[in-house]
Amino acid sequence: MSPKTLAGAIIPFILITILVIYITGPGSDYIIIGTPLPEVTLERIDFVENEIQVTIRNTGPIPVQVVQADVNDRIQPSAIEPDGNLERFETALVRIPFFWNEAEPYNLGITIHDGTRFERDVSAASPAVTPDIQTTTKFALAGVYIGVIPVFIGLLWLPFIRKLDSKKLGFFLAITVGLLIFLGIDAIQEALEVSQESLAGSINGPLLILVAASGAFLVLQYISGRFSSHHTKITAAVLVSIGIGLHNFGEGLALGAALNLGSVAFSASLMVGFAIHNTTEGVAIASPLSRQKNVLPKLIILGMVAGAPAILGTWAGGFAYSPIFIVAFLAAGAGAIFQVAIAISQWMLKDNTYHSYQICGGIFLGMIIMYATGILA
Amino acid sequence: MAASIGVSFVIFFLLITPHSSTAVTEQTFITHSGAVISTTGEVLDPLYTEATFEFDPDEFLRNFEYGRVTIQPDGTTLREYTIIARDDQIQEISPGVFYNVWTYNGTVPGPTIRATEGDTVRIHFINQGSKQHTMHFHGIHPAEMDGVFEIVGPNGGQFTYEFEAGPVGVHPYHCHVMPLEEHIIHGLYGVFIVDPIQGRPAADEMVMVLNGFDTDFDGENNFYAANTIPFYYQHHPIQISLNQLIRIYAVNMVEFDPINNFHLHGNLYHYYPTGTDTVPSTYTDMITLSQTERGILEFYYSYPGQYVFHAHKVEFSEKGWVGTFLVLD
Repeated sequence: MSPKTLAGAIIPFILITILVIYITGPGSDYIIIGTPLPEVTLERIDFVENEIQVTIRNTGPIPVQVVQADVNDRIQPSAIEPDGNLERFETALVRIPFFWNEAEPYNLGITIHDGTRFERDVSAASPAVTPDIQTTTKFALAGVYIGVIPVFIGLLWLPFIRKLDSKKLGFFLAITVGLLIFLGIDAIQEALEVSQESLAGSINGPLLILVAASGAFLVLQYISGRFSSHHTKITAAVLVSIGIGLHNFGEGLALGAALNLGSVAFSASLMVGFAIHNTTEGVAIASPLSRQKNVLPKLIILGMVAGAPAILGTWAGGFAYSPIFIVAFLAAGAGAIFQVAIAISQWMLKDNTYHSYQICGGIFLGMIIMYATGILA
Repeated sequence: MAASIGVSFVIFFLLITPHSSTAVTEQTFITHSGAVISTTGEVLDPLYTEATFEFDPDEFLRNFEYGRVTIQPDGTTLREYTIIARDDQIQEISPGVFYNVWTYNGTVPGPTIRATEGDTVRIHFINQGSKQHTMHFHGIHPAEMDGVFEIVGPNGGQFTYEFEAGPVGVHPYHCHVMPLEEHIIHGLYGVFIVDPIQGRPAADEMVMVLNGFDTDFDGENNFYAANTIPFYYQHHPIQISLNQLIRIYAVNMVEFDPINNFHLHGNLYHYYPTGTDTVPSTYTDMITLSQTERGILEFYYSYPGQYVFHAHKVEFSEKGWVGTFLVLD
């Protein structure tokens, strides 16, 4: 590349940088109308011994000075670390010494220099989890229950699927597609919920979901494009496993977060729901492999690829609860799943032995199964 | 492209990493329940020090403005005051919290105007604000001195209020321009005391305006106090003497909340509603006050030590309306 070409590439960047500096700098007085309003988001609340810890983030357009904390709208002497001056997107930890009562609801608030108060509700206080061996094991077990075991149970359907002729197999593959589409939409919905509850407007949750989902979709699309020339069915099964693995990671995050927040009933229903739900994922992995021989080792690996991320997810969600992280992973899981659903559909369409009524019926049935298991849980 | 990726990375990095601490010095603070907590960060505590506030509740507490006194030809006393209204000040009304106060003579509450029954009170009112303001006194006076229809324009508008001080008691004065609530909650109020001609028994006298601030404009007060600054007299006890008669002129200027109250610890007080009668209506440790309801509290302590006084609507006391008397032997 000649220096001239290089200069041609760089000059527009320099100009746009100057423009941005001008707009955000002193020049903004001439064009910006209105008053920028501060915003602080209470991202995370931990109940530790005789203390409530609130992780806050400046999610507004201007720097803020945090000057006061309260519990249930009652002012409490407290501390902020490292300091109360928060630039845009900066975080701080507010430590409020408080003899809180387990299982009682609390409203936490912080007040900034202009007297604006930002708050967040906790439906029931419960001790913050610490990453000791006992909790780590507990969370891992929860991940095994919702991820690994159900996926392997689902894989047990393989001998049955093997006995089917190719037309019926098409029906089962279509069911898988239905399951996956449903799972993907479900994950998007979950991500939207978390983003609505916990993310500040400036983080732009819905667009974060779009970007994360597209990212996962495109990465898997690229991988499948590279490998699809050979081992078509194995590729499909691997992709299904990876996609489901990402999804299960997302589910693990959600479960870990619920366990962390101490919402017992919600955690239990999540576990039952995910477990039933994820059994069907075994079918999705098994279907593409139904014509392969000597599949046991592959199945074990694929089962682990699909199921084990639930354990990692539970740890991540439980110990490092961050709503941004959870939204991004739920969305990435959704993107991966959509890619897999499309890949399987393309693969079925190429194989013209299947009737369209089988495919349409299968997809529909897959969605019904997911909807039903989702409600039951 | 590279630049925007770089910027995104920086933002993403900021988003996912907790702020790393650079502070190393440890500070300590004391919780409401007495525990001592240390932190590497900053202390968030409504602790006021002399250096940080523009309004001095200690000075206000025992300050009475008697005006520029002239004895008139007929032998009566004329008390003249100049009161300037403003609405452009930003004041620290709780540590770190800055609020646009509207003031009479620069403070919330405005100066405590004090006269004797029958005196002529003449107030040269100048409106240096950007909005219309007036002074409306509770008490007995001619209609045109009521500060309701005689709107005083902004940027130097003037009006002279003149009336005979009466009746005896403790009364509020405040701005009466619409929207009324807005003009009051921003701080345009003060106390007007009318002494009986024969005077009251000698006492350590103080004024307590019970007020609040809705700093986030949601129709609920974020802060409450006796004399504006939350928790001030808790951290700076009011020193009084043993067996000394204490007289408090208390005026409730809290808006939004239908009631306020005044509870005294380790003691009871004689209460004179509105201060209009020389006979107390009750001997109690708890009175309830509605908007602009006020009265005189008289008591003395027989035991030395520190005693709390606060709103027994404890929400208010937990938001600042709490203080202590330090009774010295």
